[in-house]
Amino acid sequence: MNHAAISVKGLKKSFKDKEVLKGVDFEVQRGEIFALLGSNGAGKTTTINILSTLMKPDGGEASICGFDVRRQPDHVRQSISLTGQFSSLDGMLTGRENLIMIAKLRGASNPAHVADDLLAKFNLVDAANRRADQYSGGMKRRLDIAMSLIGKPAVIFLDEPTTGLDPEARIEVWNTVKELAGSGTTILLTTQYLEEAEQLADRIAILHDGKIITTGTLSELKKMFPPAKVEYIEKQPTLEEIFLAIIAKKEEK
Amino acid sequence: MRSKTAVLLGRLMRNIMRSPDTIITVAITPIMMMLLFVYVFGGAIKTGTDNYVNYLLPGILLMAIASGVAYTSLRLFNDVKSGLMARFITMPIKRSSILWAHVLTSLVSNALTVLVVILIALLMGFRSGADILHWFAAAGILGLFTLALTWLAVIPGLTAKSMEGATAYSYPLIFLPFISSAFVPTETMPKIVRVFAENQPVTSIVNAIRALLYGGSIGNGIWIALAWCVGIMVIAYLFASKAFKRQLG
Repeated sequence: MNHAAISVKGLKKSFKDKEVLKGVDFEVQRGEIFALLGSNGAGKTTTINILSTLMKPDGGEASICGFDVRRQPDHVRQSISLTGQFSSLDGMLTGRENLIMIAKLRGASNPAHVADDLLAKFNLVDAANRRADQYSGGMKRRLDIAMSLIGKPAVIFLDEPTTGLDPEARIEVWNTVKELAGSGTTILLTTQYLEEAEQLADRIAILHDGKIITTGTLSELKKMFPPAKVEYIEKQPTLEEIFLAIIAKKEEK
Repeated sequence: MRSKTAVLLGRLMRNIMRSPDTIITVAITPIMMMLLFVYVFGGAIKTGTDNYVNYLLPGILLMAIASGVAYTSLRLFNDVKSGLMARFITMPIKRSSILWAHVLTSLVSNALTVLVVILIALLMGFRSGADILHWFAAAGILGLFTLALTWLAVIPGLTAKSMEGATAYSYPLIFLPFISSAFVPTETMPKIVRVFAENQPVTSIVNAIRALLYGGSIGNGIWIALAWCVGIMVIAYLFASKAFKRQLG
C-alpha cells in the first residue's frame, strides 16, 4: 500500500506529427484532490485518456495504485472511474436506472440500494424517476459523478467537470467534489479555470504545452510566483457575485 | 460476461421500448413499399405466380432489416459521442460484451420489425404452406442476414464523425433489393443489370427464402445464400473489431 495513487513519469504522446505530451511527470498521493490546470490543447484530456486506459502512451511510465496502465490495464480498470468531458449517461434512462445499470455492471450485491443511497447523497431524490436528458446541466454532472463513485474505485478522474456549466451549476458541482474530499478517494481533475483549481484541489500541477511547469499546494505556488504586494483598492463585486446575489433574492421571494 | 452483456442489452432494449417509433419507422418504409408494389405496380408485373404478396415478402423483409440495422450504427455513434462508451470501456467488464449487447439488440429489434411486416403481409393475402422446420430455416437465414448487416453497421457506428455519416451507408443496402429478383424476375433485365442482379446477395437470399416458404426446390441456392451471409458477417466482424480496437487507442 505504499504505492502512490497515480504515478506518471516522462509520459509522451503524439498524434501524427503533433507532439501533445512531451514528458509529463507528476505523482498523486492517496486521498488527494489533484488538479491538472492548463489551457485548451495543453494535453489534459490526453493525459486522462492514457491514465484511464483509453489510449496507449508512446513513451514513459504511468501507473495507478502500482498497476502499470500499459501492462496491467485490467487491474487499472478495477481501480478507476472515468467521468469524461461530457456527462456520460444514458439520457433515455431515469437517473435511478442509470445508477442501477452501473451498479449491476460493477457487480454490486444490491444495485437498487446503491442507487437510492447515491440519489440521497447527491440530492437527486426528487428527480430520481425522471429521464436524465431532462436534467439541468448541473444535475447531469452530479448524476455523472455519482455514477463514478459506484464500486468505490480508488481513483476518480474528472475531466473538466464544470466546462459548459452556468455559475450556479458550477458551484453545485464544486460542493459535490468538496464533499468527496476526505472520503479517502483520490481525485484527479482537469480544469482550465484557475478558480476551480484554487477552490477544490489540495495540490495543483500546471500543464502547459505538453509539460508540467510546476507542481505544489496553492500556498506553495503563491510563495513561488509573483511576491505578495500590499495594495489598497476598492473591491467591486464581480459580475458572478452580482448574478448569484440576484438569483438568490429571486428564490427567496 | 454473460450477465454484463444482459445488463447492457437490457439498457438498449429499454431505450428502444421508450421510443417505439424506432420500430415503427423501420417497419413503415417496407410496408409502404409492399402496399405500393402490390396495389399499384403489382397488376402490371408478370412474375408467373398468382400471389404477388408471397412473391414480394422475402425482399421486403430484407429491406426492413437493411433499414433497421442503421439504428445500430446510430445507437453506437450516440454512445461514442456521449462518452458512455468511454465510461464502459474503462470499467472492469469484458469489452466484447459492450459490442455484443448492441448486436443482440439489433437481432431482437429487427425480429420485432420482421414480425410486424409479416403480420401486415398476412392481412394483404400472404400465405405459406411451409412446415415449422422450413419456417425455422427461413428465420435462420433472416437472422444470419441481420447479423451480417449488423456487424457491417458497427463499423460506421464506431468510426463516423457525424450522425449522417453513421447511417448513410444504409441507403445503398435498402435499395439493393430493387436490382434483384425481389420485386420482378431478373429475366427481363438488360444483360449487365441482369448479371449484377443474379450475382448479388439479395437475389440468392430471396430465392432461398421463397423456396423454403413456398415449397420450391431448395437445391444449391440456399448454400450460396448462406455463404453470402456468413462471408459478409466474417469480413464485417473483422473490420468492426479492428475499428473497436482503434477506438480503445
